[in-house]
Amino acid sequence: MAEAQPIIRPMPPIAVAPEREGTRPFVQTLHDWIVTVDHKRLGLMYFSYGILFLVVGGIEAMVMRAQLAVANNHLVSPETFNRMFTMHGTTMIFFAAMPIVFGFMNYCVPLMIGARDMAFPRLNAFGFWMSALGGIILYFSWVGGFGLYGAGSAPDVGWFAYAPLTSRAFSVGHSTDYWIIGLLVSGVGSIATALNIMTTTICMRCPGMKLSRLPLMVWMNVVAAFLVLGAIGPLTAAQIMLLVDRYLGGHFFDTQAGGSAVIWIHFFWVFGHPEVYILVLPAFAIVSEVIPVFSRKPIFGYNIMVAATLAIGFISLSVWAHHMFTVGMTSYANAFFVASTAAIAVPTGIKIFNWLGTMWGGKIRYSVAMMFCVGFLIQFLIAGLTGIMLSAAPFDWQLGNSYFVVAHFHYVILGGIVMAVFAGVYYWFPKVTGKMLSESLGKWHFWLFVIGFHLTFDFMHIPGLLGMPRRIYTYEAGRGWEGWNMIVSVGVIFQALGILVWVVDVIWSMYKGRPAGNDPWDAWTLEWSTTSPPAAYNFAEIPVVRSRRPLWDLKHPEDPDWKYE
Amino acid sequence: MHSPVASSIRATPNGLQRCAQASLRCVALAASTLFGLPLRALSLDPAPATLFNPVSTPAHEIYHLSLFVISVCAAIFLVVFGLIAYAAVKYRRRPTDDDCEPPQIYGSNQVELAWTIIPILIVVVLFLASARVIHAVEDAELPSDALQVTAVGHQFWWEFRYPGYGFVTANELHVPVSVEGHARPTHIVLLSADTDHSFWVPRLAGKTDLIPNRRNETWIDPHEVGHYVGQCAQYCGVQHAKMLLNVFVDTPDDFQKWVAQQKAPAVASEQAATGRRVFENNACMNCHTIAGTDAKGTFGPDLTHLMSRSTIASGAAPNDEKNLRLWVEEPDAIKPGCLMPAMQLNEQDVSALVAYLMTLR
Repeated sequence: MAEAQPIIRPMPPIAVAPEREGTRPFVQTLHDWIVTVDHKRLGLMYFSYGILFLVVGGIEAMVMRAQLAVANNHLVSPETFNRMFTMHGTTMIFFAAMPIVFGFMNYCVPLMIGARDMAFPRLNAFGFWMSALGGIILYFSWVGGFGLYGAGSAPDVGWFAYAPLTSRAFSVGHSTDYWIIGLLVSGVGSIATALNIMTTTICMRCPGMKLSRLPLMVWMNVVAAFLVLGAIGPLTAAQIMLLVDRYLGGHFFDTQAGGSAVIWIHFFWVFGHPEVYILVLPAFAIVSEVIPVFSRKPIFGYNIMVAATLAIGFISLSVWAHHMFTVGMTSYANAFFVASTAAIAVPTGIKIFNWLGTMWGGKIRYSVAMMFCVGFLIQFLIAGLTGIMLSAAPFDWQLGNSYFVVAHFHYVILGGIVMAVFAGVYYWFPKVTGKMLSESLGKWHFWLFVIGFHLTFDFMHIPGLLGMPRRIYTYEAGRGWEGWNMIVSVGVIFQALGILVWVVDVIWSMYKGRPAGNDPWDAWTLEWSTTSPPAAYNFAEIPVVRSRRPLWDLKHPEDPDWKYE
Repeated sequence: MHSPVASSIRATPNGLQRCAQASLRCVALAASTLFGLPLRALSLDPAPATLFNPVSTPAHEIYHLSLFVISVCAAIFLVVFGLIAYAAVKYRRRPTDDDCEPPQIYGSNQVELAWTIIPILIVVVLFLASARVIHAVEDAELPSDALQVTAVGHQFWWEFRYPGYGFVTANELHVPVSVEGHARPTHIVLLSADTDHSFWVPRLAGKTDLIPNRRNETWIDPHEVGHYVGQCAQYCGVQHAKMLLNVFVDTPDDFQKWVAQQKAPAVASEQAATGRRVFENNACMNCHTIAGTDAKGTFGPDLTHLMSRSTIASGAAPNDEKNLRLWVEEPDAIKPGCLMPAMQLNEQDVSALVAYLMTLR
């Protein structure tokens, strides 16, 4: 039998690895970052790249909200507005949300399983740079979109780019081509990273780290990585078919030559719905780490949490056509997708209850990270419930493609995923930089953001119920939409202020923050046993674990977890 | 846009409904302010184009389902939100707490089983309720004398064909009222000439897409005479925003009169002969049809009875002399990015043309 104690040697506090010391010239430092294959640096680059695009996409959203604040507004032309929502959607999904969650995966997974790096460090760098290139190609469309016409433009076909609006007959110039190639290229990067995460988790775990002892963070990210493999493939295939249609005389989606617009819709949502879970599972992952630590209790029902994660992974592959209730499927097909969509509420509900069970009976410490988690729980609950409403196909016939849907998925993405990401930032920032974020600025960030979020997205449901379709650049007065849209637009200001406070907090704390030490939260997973920031090699000695909470075992030798497993 | 006709004919709600509405209003107001529950719209009276004020069977079916689903979701919300709020407050760390850790609980099979099985039961009930309505709306058998209409989506306007009567009109759909004892539902075939569109008039039915190279269908049986507004609900290009749908539900007599008028060829009046020549000698006739003349284009709306419509450019502007003139001279002033070209006619020709158009009653 194994010995009675896990072997985890906390790193001596000899600060950072030699190559990080601050006297190197800037060019040298830049070069280090560009050629790096270190999973931590790549994780940070993924994350920063995502945040950059989050800000860009946010500015696009602000233009739209300024335009829609009042009826009959002429602030921007319809063409500009259509480019704004296309770029906003594409940017936020592919170049903000995905890089951010990949950043967390990259940074945390090797540290949490006691590995020194990813299984394929160079593939990891390749994945990041492909994603970065994709974003650059997409944004180059602002100057190159019209090709030979000499003027720039951006894609204006909507982020799901329904055929045949993307055919050459309806989309002249090259803006759609930039959109296609941008996503194609970043998709290759995503697949590379997904393969890497899966391989790393399967092959690189430290001794004793059985699958049943994997931190939930790792479990959920691995399932998300599997979904990336399953989902990005169809998207890439569809993009290639669209390119063939546009330049090689193909007719896959060319309705005037017998092609099918509906096939594109299927391809897109076969990608598009798992994509939601690709983003939301890493958010669940963060919450599943933060809530136990700040409630001072282990996660409630680990096994059922893992089972629910796998269930979400499987079911999410079979729900795509709930985006298609209005395309005229048969009643049987509609009923099937009602069932599969409603079914996914069960494992998702289990997760919410288990997080609640974790808080129950704990001693909850309201650090900013935990505040974001509680906000996440409540907002994700609402997002799930409006999702249930939309899953009832007949109700969706009324709500689909209206502002109700826009409010619903922003509840999921902003109210759920982004809130969890903020929780993750407040939680791991001390590990990444060795400095604490400011709690008081963090509280400003939290409240400004939450107030702005609710002003915007609570009230956005209402114009949808009053018949306002999405993607309209203006509307007449007198249809009951004006006041609501004004409130929605005002909320954006609060959100922007919240983000601003956060950016200030991050930059200020990076230089002036209180030193964090190795383990500021008294946490239990392996990354907290090494230095902050961790050395390039992560662990001086590969740890050996005997339970799901190796640091708990270390801190409580009188009552270790492994006794109960 | 709400028609006064519609509100005067609407049945007065009985006491119970009023009471229910009032209490819903209070709950909804508080809930929407605090948690964003979308119930607020229930309290609008008289409602604009909302699904909560249905006047046709498919919309009624959806309305009842929606109340059920919203109630279930609201109940779940209250319970789970209550539990989260309770746990978040009750189990917070207090200044008086000692440093020791709380009891370490790893899970409980009974509790976990309970919160797996209860959601499954709720999901089954919701599925059955949805499936019933899907079947009732999608698989409904319409009587053989149902009015047949074919709606064709264009960038950025609606073409309405009445194959039973042999005429074509645009942007304003007229259908007969369908009342007890005199049921006359309308069966609408949905086609598209270019990109995807979606037919959505919330008070009449849920939306159904118009997809090129595909035949979709929907049906309505409005119970109340009136004017119902909707609009294209699938992004279709630059002017997706100005693709309004105006549906006029007429009494059977009015509908027959309207049909008779639409079937007649265009009025040929002598005083507008100049304008007619302008129309026929320019590119107008390539895109527009005026029955009884040489103009047989189908790219743009049929103008045979242009003046019988209350708006032009698919609801973008009222149909009057000033707007017609502007529309001919500079379509982008009304609907930037629309496919109607500015014809660059001289002042005289524009006046003659508009005078001619004004005779197309």
